[in-house]
Amino acid sequence: MGILGSRVLRVEDPRLLTDGGTYCADVGDRRLAGAVHAAYVRSSVAHARLLAVDVEAARTCAGVVDVVVGADVDLAPIPGWFNPAMVRTHLARDRVRFVGEPVAVVLTERPEQGEDAAEAVAVEYEPLPPLVDPMAALTSEVRLFPEVGTNLVCEFGAPAGDGPDALDDCEVVVRQRLVNPRVAACPLEVRSSAAAWVDGRLHMWCSTQNPHGVRGALAMLYGVEDADVAVVAPDVGGGFGAKIDLHAEDLLLPWLARRCGRPVRWLETRSENLQAMVQGRAQVHDVAMGGRRDGTIEAYRLSIVQDAGAYPTMGAYLPMMTRSMAAGTYAIRVVEADARVVVTTTPPIGAYRGAGRPEATAAIERAVDLFAAEVGMDPAEVRRRNLLPRFAEPLTTTTGETYDCGDYPAALERALEAAGYQELRAEQRRRRQRGDHVALGIGIAAYVEVTAGPSGGSEFARVQVRPRPAPAGGPDGVDGVDVVVGTGSSPHGQGLDTAFAMLVADGLGVPIERIEVRHGDTDAVPRGGGTMGSRSLQLGGSAVRAAADDVIERARRVAAELLEAALDDVEHDAGAGTFRVVGTPAVTRTWADVAAAADSQGAPLAADHDFQVEHPTYPFGVHVAVVEVDTETGDIRLVRLVACDDAGRILNPLLAHGQRHGGLAQGAAQALYEQVAFDAHGNPLTATFADYPFISAAELPSFELVDLETPTWVNALGAKGIGESGTIGSTPAVHNAVCDALAHLGIRHVDMPCTPATVWQAIRETGRMKHQRS
Amino acid sequence: MNITLSVNGEERSADVEPRRLLVHLLRDDFGLTGTNVGCDTSSCGACTVLMDGESVKSCTVLAVQADGHDVTTIEGLAATARAGDGDATALHPVQQAFHEQHGLQCGFCTPGMVMATVSLLKENPHPSEAEVRLGLEGNLCRCTGYHNIVRSVLAAAGDLPKSEEVPA
Repeated sequence: MGILGSRVLRVEDPRLLTDGGTYCADVGDRRLAGAVHAAYVRSSVAHARLLAVDVEAARTCAGVVDVVVGADVDLAPIPGWFNPAMVRTHLARDRVRFVGEPVAVVLTERPEQGEDAAEAVAVEYEPLPPLVDPMAALTSEVRLFPEVGTNLVCEFGAPAGDGPDALDDCEVVVRQRLVNPRVAACPLEVRSSAAAWVDGRLHMWCSTQNPHGVRGALAMLYGVEDADVAVVAPDVGGGFGAKIDLHAEDLLLPWLARRCGRPVRWLETRSENLQAMVQGRAQVHDVAMGGRRDGTIEAYRLSIVQDAGAYPTMGAYLPMMTRSMAAGTYAIRVVEADARVVVTTTPPIGAYRGAGRPEATAAIERAVDLFAAEVGMDPAEVRRRNLLPRFAEPLTTTTGETYDCGDYPAALERALEAAGYQELRAEQRRRRQRGDHVALGIGIAAYVEVTAGPSGGSEFARVQVRPRPAPAGGPDGVDGVDVVVGTGSSPHGQGLDTAFAMLVADGLGVPIERIEVRHGDTDAVPRGGGTMGSRSLQLGGSAVRAAADDVIERARRVAAELLEAALDDVEHDAGAGTFRVVGTPAVTRTWADVAAAADSQGAPLAADHDFQVEHPTYPFGVHVAVVEVDTETGDIRLVRLVACDDAGRILNPLLAHGQRHGGLAQGAAQALYEQVAFDAHGNPLTATFADYPFISAAELPSFELVDLETPTWVNALGAKGIGESGTIGSTPAVHNAVCDALAHLGIRHVDMPCTPATVWQAIRETGRMKHQRS
Repeated sequence: MNITLSVNGEERSADVEPRRLLVHLLRDDFGLTGTNVGCDTSSCGACTVLMDGESVKSCTVLAVQADGHDVTTIEGLAATARAGDGDATALHPVQQAFHEQHGLQCGFCTPGMVMATVSLLKENPHPSEAEVRLGLEGNLCRCTGYHNIVRSVLAAAGDLPKSEEVPA
């Protein structure tokens, strides 16, 4: 058996563990010598006319090189997604629309001088009414963009009318309003970038998931060719979707560099990050699920209101993903989903691990539990009755999405078995009979999600094989080969250097130690799609594998010459890493022989490959959460989280499990703790790590992973994406568990995050109700 | 103010403003960028270093407070393992454990997490899983979900259950 599928330790680790990596603020490139530091001045009100920005005092502060306000900036503003008139200027000009929106920028010799000078900028606001609630934004007379005349960015599908619908024919119907709370992505590395113009070329260092996308965006904004922009993503300390696109602060940097004639560096603070980086989720759901008393689900309706924040960006797009995945893992005859997107005086919403798909799963999984409660059936049994049966061929759902393959019933049974579901229910019954004040709750979530969505995609790879000169005195002057792999993927923790090295090592038959993977530099790798949407192994991995195969083909030609054989008679032995004539296995040439010969012919062994696929893939799974709720205090403890995740053929279980762990933690965190909160005036209440309840090791158990592999037919690797699955199943599993823990008290539903205050209040309410009844 | 301190075994001096944080002294004045800043409220622990062998959050220590003390950063950790070993590539047992247990992904929290672990194990050489989780409460990670970080600490302590030495 080859290296594929085995637990290979990461090649990235030694450097990260010993010198701590080189993140954007650590970069010491000589082209950034003499850089000034940018510090943004940000709005302290959620909604206001911007009357004046007085920079005179700031100009006199120590180390100040320049101070820039909105009126100074002559860059084309950023059109709103789906509603271009909802436009954003890089620095606010006449109106601010969220606390934290940049209104000015100070350039200083040293960073701490910028902090001082920024405080000296005096801003005059004429406050306008804030608009924090997306539901209110639908009808409010407060308009963020008065000239647009509405807060509605766009709509997808049509909301349910007043007329008859499929739910009317159902024996049982449950309805519920659900909140999918706004959360902050919180990568440990905040936003950071640096810009320098050198000989007419723009050099940009950026903590990004998508260097080639950044190159294109900057080229367009600054009216230059892609070839005139060089983007480097150094080590990136987490992205989670929030670092896919550049923010206004990054986009402005090259303009500032041009204006002051020096390179410019920017590193925000965590407080700025929690105010102004794109945030996640923020959907309100009205769900209705109908079916028969025997537990068959016949109809499901999901109405979404997406809060886009103050300026519509990728958040406005996410409900399209939510709608497309609305049917989930079930065979439901009628599924309808519609979405309306609104602006509010809050930070813009962008992609955040799962990006539209966690919302779909959270909605339907809560609905299924409510339906199960209504028909008096075990939620596991309701799922069993309604899951789509195992399928290996494409299956088109009621929402028009075509899933590749799946075995949802197997995932359910494996997860339930690993959880010891029957024993958990028995323990729950025992506690209820005893009247234990610590209640046990069990929550299940079945999910299917789309990766490399919405419609597949492409990725670039280059593989080069060069002979390595032997140390002096070596036998034939060559000591094996060095392989350099270039990829358009852009990892930021996923371990793709290791994964891609494995694929190439296995394909070529070259030791993994000889393989170097390069990424994150648009001058070194000509094109790419970045790392997001769980695309990189299936697209980037397929590309490197295909490029390696292309190199083998070129090598075979050279080997044929060396072996004096016909090309068709020459085969590559991947196991031994040699080339030989079919039928005479003893006569071989090594990679070193072939690479040296190719070099001497002036045609080094190399191949580029653009891998393209038109179909996304659909990983799936079932998560089971066990919580304990202290019904006297409302305190909740996540006791166990069991996750069965199927992402097709697994290349490296070490990496796959790591991705699952990270997603599980983030998903559980949203269910129990994390929410970006604002007061009625739109002031952020969770804008520091002292306030935002970022989950720590103390709040989590170790996870119990159950493996399942249903290889996809979409690509030769059989691989689907795994990066976001953890977040998608765990949130509703934990949410359902908390609601399940409270069910015997007559509590039907509590919203996320299920904090002790929320739970305690819900318990009190039922106590009050009991009092009133008796 | 003029200060002198030992950083990774080497004497270093600087002239700093009283308000300068130790983390900025290390990163910007001494070029030791391995230690990271992850927040501004002393919450995340990315800045954790050892001062006189004990973990401190270097964002909450003024540079002037480090005057006359010994500071160890991630860059100096392996050297403490190598002393007397002779193997130039040897990692400190905690670094080795993080590698073997896949206790890092993006790596940004890792220097702080590793230094905090070194200190934790010095205080409590054989912590239970619960003690590890509580002990690392001040070190935040977004990538790993902490699962393999916990395993890394237990492995460094030599306490990973034999049956689990190759994790699921």
